[in-house]
Amino acid sequence: MEITLNHYMVLSALLFCIGLYGTLSRRNAVAVLIAIEIMLNSVNLALVGMSRYVGERGLVAGQIFAVFIITVAAAEAAVALAMLIAIYRARGTINIDDINLMRW
Amino acid sequence: MPTGPEVGIDLGHAISFYGLAGLTVFFTLMAVSLRNIFHAVLFLVLSFVGVSGLYVTLNADFLAMIQVIIYAGAIAVLMLFAMFLTRNAMAQGNPPGRLQASAAGTALLMFVVLVYVFLNTRWASGPSSPTGFSPEVLANAIFNNYLLPFELASVLLLVAMIGAILLVKE
Repeated sequence: MEITLNHYMVLSALLFCIGLYGTLSRRNAVAVLIAIEIMLNSVNLALVGMSRYVGERGLVAGQIFAVFIITVAAAEAAVALAMLIAIYRARGTINIDDINLMRW
Repeated sequence: MPTGPEVGIDLGHAISFYGLAGLTVFFTLMAVSLRNIFHAVLFLVLSFVGVSGLYVTLNADFLAMIQVIIYAGAIAVLMLFAMFLTRNAMAQGNPPGRLQASAAGTALLMFVVLVYVFLNTRWASGPSSPTGFSPEVLANAIFNNYLLPFELASVLLLVAMIGAILLVKE
């Protein structure tokens, strides 16, 4: 019954694919952001699992990576939500099917 | 033949892993499939808390705390604010897009490929190696080897903050 690295990697892949499904299938921009956060979070889980099981004792590079990814995710969420509010003010919608100004 | 206490630890690890993994997957599925965005954000918080429990099973206690504070706290509150500020658009809820079937197909294909790759990779892994008390180890690593990325992260946060304020200014 030993839990190995593969258990964590498969769980991380499952969460990543749930997030991918959400990103591709939703139309509300906030729901798409939620799904993107889920994807970032699942990658963190894989990195922390790696730092526990792979490499020599006391090597925490995976956890450091996870800390920086959390930082970037926070910055990304703040900027993305600010953009959503700006788009909502300008166009009155946050349905991503209607935000097609830059479509060619 | 493993001895008694080791079997107990393995069993406890297995129970906590499967319990937390099941809960996290359920909460995550609810977060991406609910029509009501408010409920979706609440399930997102629960999913983040589940992942922080998984960090504890990986001996990453500091990251577990960070996860609860930043993801479950700050980012979720930010999303709720954005949700309420765009309230009229939220009235139509969260309609599934036209691409639902192809999105599910893509995600399933991605999952199969990832699992195939993971199960066929020989990781350079020894026996599991807990790193001791993680805040101390992490602090030593960040302020010695990773000092430059740490400073760059603070610049990134400053830029993101100024950018967000400029974007929503009247």
